[in-house]
Amino acid sequence: MKIIVCAKQVPDTNEVKIDPVKGTLIREGVPSILNPDDANALEAALSLKDTYGGEVHVISMGPGQAKYMLRECLAMGADDAVLLSSRVFGGADTYVTANTVAEGIKKIGGFDIIFAGRQAIDGDTAQVGPQIAGRLGLPVVTYVQAIREVKEKSVIVERQMEDGYEVIEIPLPCVLTAVKELNSPRYMTLMGIEDAYAREITVWDEKDLNIEPEKCGLKASPTKVWKSFTPPPKGKGQMLGGSAGDAAAALIDALNHKNMLKKEG
Amino acid sequence: MIFQEKHELIRKLAKGFADRELTSEVLDEAEERGYFDRALLDKMGKIGFFGIKTPKELGGQGSDCLAYVIATEEMCRASAAFGLYISTQNSLVSMPIMISGSREQKEKYMPPISSGEYIGAFGLTEPGAGSDAGGMTTRAVLDGDYYILSGRKTFITGAPTADIAIIYAKTDPDKGLRGISTFVMDMRAPGVSLGKPENKLGIRGCPTSDIIMENVRVHKSGLLGDLGRGFANAMGTLDIGRIGIAAQAIGIGQACLDESVKYANERKQFGKRIGEFQGVSFKLADMYAKLQAAKELTYQAALLVDAGVTGGQISLAASTCKLYSAEAVNQIAYDAIQIHGGYGFMKDYRVERLYRDARILPIYEGTSEVQKMVMAAQLLKR
Repeated sequence: MKIIVCAKQVPDTNEVKIDPVKGTLIREGVPSILNPDDANALEAALSLKDTYGGEVHVISMGPGQAKYMLRECLAMGADDAVLLSSRVFGGADTYVTANTVAEGIKKIGGFDIIFAGRQAIDGDTAQVGPQIAGRLGLPVVTYVQAIREVKEKSVIVERQMEDGYEVIEIPLPCVLTAVKELNSPRYMTLMGIEDAYAREITVWDEKDLNIEPEKCGLKASPTKVWKSFTPPPKGKGQMLGGSAGDAAAALIDALNHKNMLKKEG
Repeated sequence: MIFQEKHELIRKLAKGFADRELTSEVLDEAEERGYFDRALLDKMGKIGFFGIKTPKELGGQGSDCLAYVIATEEMCRASAAFGLYISTQNSLVSMPIMISGSREQKEKYMPPISSGEYIGAFGLTEPGAGSDAGGMTTRAVLDGDYYILSGRKTFITGAPTADIAIIYAKTDPDKGLRGISTFVMDMRAPGVSLGKPENKLGIRGCPTSDIIMENVRVHKSGLLGDLGRGFANAMGTLDIGRIGIAAQAIGIGQACLDESVKYANERKQFGKRIGEFQGVSFKLADMYAKLQAAKELTYQAALLVDAGVTGGQISLAASTCKLYSAEAVNQIAYDAIQIHGGYGFMKDYRVERLYRDARILPIYEGTSEVQKMVMAAQLLKR
């Protein structure tokens, strides 16, 4: 079984800073991590490999520093990692990102399953996984919370819903996007880290992927950001202690104080 | 010191493991009952923490001494008792075999030590032979294909949970230090028994007891290296072991500083955060300076090992980092309690345990006084 995992390096913070002019993320000075849902995607791929054998390839698009995240994936047990990196890839929206990553996946080729995380904690769009499926003409199940059975030509998964889950059988090859409930990502191993640094990470640019530069990055992105802003921080919450009665009385006092309660005449 | 990315990732792995596994419930339980679950040690073994420097062909991870220091430091930042298993397995149990073992012995023992299948202990100290290791009375007498071991080892870290032990015993009592030999002993062998687990001031989560040997038969294939070379084996082992204790110290020191900075930013007295008073802020600055100095000495000693430096230069570097880190971290832990005031004296606050855990640092694997003897001997040789 050949599995490809799409991974993204994201800033390790809930307070993403945004370039007010370009409307893109400011990555400098922010510690970066493997996107949490992508770690679940990688774990799903590695445990399928543990059971059925095969190989796991990780693909990412980003600046050179994303190699660090890819080495983390190798140290967890991935067999190979590819970074799509070029100046012209910069500033891509989800549409163009999916186009570029899909080309990278085609170049790796011969896959049975493509895993992606549900969404990245920086953009939160949850679009790239399904868009890749669209570009490659593959079926997709999003929000996969369990993999029930892998058959020769299909896989049966549970798709998370707000009030339960669906059981779906999907033909191979396919795209699956993982939620955190799917599994608990394994640790790296020390030997895995040693091995990850004893090798080079493959880097492909637009020439390697045979894409025209004008079809990449910010310029080719149809998404036009009108305005980006960081929402103002919420005020500090206040805990009301004591018995339920005391707390309710204190709450009513506080609301009255702010004139938020209407007294019935 | 600026670390390579590889070492940063190893730190991230160790910290991630500690953050996820060593919850306050797990640590409190270990503190209370005196040991950690074997399942947790197994998990640690699977990741590779027990064979960090051991070559891959012997089942290890093929990494280096700096990686060992970083892993120990990060684990001890969460729990000195738990982190102690890293230093015991990697140095005290692995090194005697790596220094003196034959190829067959390495192939037999190193893979299960590295994986955590065998948890080991190091038996050098005796009731009457602490700093004066040569004064040991444990005997090993050849009888056919077996050595018969008799004697008592004391204060042995991890003995109650150990599968094997490295035992130093006199094979020729007339030859003094040159009459000591090294053995690998199965802790389940007939004649092996344990003293009562010690009721200790600190590192309570890692059990300590005596190992009592009454006519224990160890096959001669369990003799490590040549007869009479045991003292050199022990000293060679402790040279590296001491770097591990320094690593343990800087982990505890970092935890003291982390807790103190947090508390100084939270606690208010006289209408101000206490960190705004020079009496507290200068303490933090002093703690930081001592900790950084301890770290640099420790990383430097590890880098020397990784550069292949051996002999007196390593003895000096290892003793220096162990001496300084152990003493400095005790001062840091003292100040951490002082910053916390009365709260620091209570078990509800982390610094209480850190202070107790730090106290063993200038004692085991050679007291501070022994480190000074080692250092002075090297200096006077020059």
